[in-house]
Amino acid sequence: MTDHIAHLQGVERYYHMGDTTVRALDGINLDIARGEYLAIMGRSGSGKSTMLNVLGLLDRPTGGEYSLGGRQISQLNDTELSLMRGREIGFIFQSFNLIPQLTLLENLEVPLFYQNRIGAESKAKAEQLALRVGLEGRLHHRPNELSGGQQQRVAIARALMNDPLYLLADEATGNLDSSTEAEILELLDELHAEGMTIIMVTHNPAMGNRAERVVNLVDGKVDSITENQN
Amino acid sequence: MRGSFATVSLGMKSLLLHKLRSSLTTLGILIGVASVVAMLAIGEGASEAAQEQIKQLGSTNILIQSVKPPQDETSSQMSAYTARAYGLTYNDATKIAGTLSEHIDLIVSVRQTDKQVRTRTEWQQSVLLGTSPAYLDVMGMEIATGRWLNETDLLDTNNICVLGAAVKERLFPLQDPLGRPIRASGDRFVVTGVLEKLGRRSGSVGRSVDDCIFIPISTSRARFGETNIKRGGGTFEMESVQLHEIKVKIKEESEVRRAAGVIDGMLKRAHKDGDYAMVVPLELLRQAKESRERFTLLLFFIASISLIVGGIGIMNVMLATVTERTREIGIRRALGARKKHIVSQFLVETVLLSGSGGLLGLATGIVASFLATSVWGADVAWRPSHWVLAFTISAVVGILAGLYPAWRAANMDPVEALRHE
Repeated sequence: MTDHIAHLQGVERYYHMGDTTVRALDGINLDIARGEYLAIMGRSGSGKSTMLNVLGLLDRPTGGEYSLGGRQISQLNDTELSLMRGREIGFIFQSFNLIPQLTLLENLEVPLFYQNRIGAESKAKAEQLALRVGLEGRLHHRPNELSGGQQQRVAIARALMNDPLYLLADEATGNLDSSTEAEILELLDELHAEGMTIIMVTHNPAMGNRAERVVNLVDGKVDSITENQN
Repeated sequence: MRGSFATVSLGMKSLLLHKLRSSLTTLGILIGVASVVAMLAIGEGASEAAQEQIKQLGSTNILIQSVKPPQDETSSQMSAYTARAYGLTYNDATKIAGTLSEHIDLIVSVRQTDKQVRTRTEWQQSVLLGTSPAYLDVMGMEIATGRWLNETDLLDTNNICVLGAAVKERLFPLQDPLGRPIRASGDRFVVTGVLEKLGRRSGSVGRSVDDCIFIPISTSRARFGETNIKRGGGTFEMESVQLHEIKVKIKEESEVRRAAGVIDGMLKRAHKDGDYAMVVPLELLRQAKESRERFTLLLFFIASISLIVGGIGIMNVMLATVTERTREIGIRRALGARKKHIVSQFLVETVLLSGSGGLLGLATGIVASFLATSVWGADVAWRPSHWVLAFTISAVVGILAGLYPAWRAANMDPVEALRHE
């Protein structure tokens, strides 16, 4: 039996705008297995971003059931949601989203800081992950001293700091040139090969092809699920 | 522990990112706290100096002075050659001494005459105070050289005198005055003593006792009589005053108010025209304290206003900061920051702003009040309690001003915040 870490059953996310109701997610059913490489694709307005927010615990579904690591998300309050986000999810953003006034080391330590796990352990872990993404020796630089590709590597290392249940990448290479894009996708492939679960939200079919499974969203609904044979 | 250190150092970093903005915000609080500290120091100093002067009148003393009643019809119609009689009498002094004998420690009467006083080489317009030996104790004065008046001088109406420090300087600038004579309208007085300088402490007669010459009261009465003649632009006026002042020293401070009431009642009956005035230093002291409290309260409100203005500045800047860093807030929320983390992050910044403003303001205020003493010679009193007060208010204002921006930051929707450009 497959080990499912996330389970979505009829998940809805409705927005009320005046008299109209926008159905950003409209009855999503999806199971995510441990170690899976999943791409969520769709045009803009298809519900991709909302899907990302719900999977990333930044937003709560207005209907349906979503459980992550065995916990019902709709029953959690803001504090519990924050805690869970900090422990279980590793975000990778399109625009890297490093904090400009912090050094790379400090940026890497942010997730553990909010779990009160800062200290020698967090520093060792940051150094180890910097080595893993090929940025050893740059830990005392600031983000603006790095190229886009390097910044995204730092962001990936940061996403790994808390040993998350899955990496949640949002157009992770959208701001990079094609050769750098290839490097980053290579890195994600390696991480996947090491057993990390990766969920990639993208509109780029070339990236979707890297995933084992592609979920196509149309108008807030799962239109199709394609299995790639790589 | 390292966590809270990291929060503080993060706050410092964020503030240093906008040095000008942070310094201007700090300046607002700095000015508020500095003005409070300086104003309180100067205000306290002034009231302390006033209280010190009152205290030197003697907190157990009651001073009764003769006051010329206002001119009325009858007095202006009186012949210019008739001496006008008013003021305290020997009888008053005797009655007071008799009625309150068990409460009175000392009682002295004072007669005052303006005379031109001469030595062989110098002269000066001066006040001759006729009084009795107890005067020295009542006034808390000290003899510098020679001796003070004694009972024998009074009985024998001796022509001796004791000089105030300033008079000695004028009349005998280079010599030892002891045993030397001075002349006052034909009378010759031998100097037997000189008083210690009292500085700017004022005497009871409206001028410094340093400027007075003291003679036995019996001598004053015998030599000068009770009628004073004042000459002025074509007119001359005669007045007759027995005693210019009666000083009463009460044994217990707690009895002073009651004794003053008794004396006042007694004098009111004898002096229907109100030709006397009573000064109770203890009462003045109480009033001075009351007015000081009101003054402090007023300063407190002024302080609050300037600090509130500073607080508004902080709030303004923090609101701008929060808007500017919306995206950072979103990132932090995505990385697991709870609302309380965001609140404390921004509160730390406001506390750093207002705290540093408070500390710098404290230093500035102390320096400013120090300058006020050294440059203008203002009386200044430093009270650590004022410093604590000023700093505490600045900290409280800082926290209050920071609460709303921090609350706003913490309650942003993480999704919206991340989308913010």
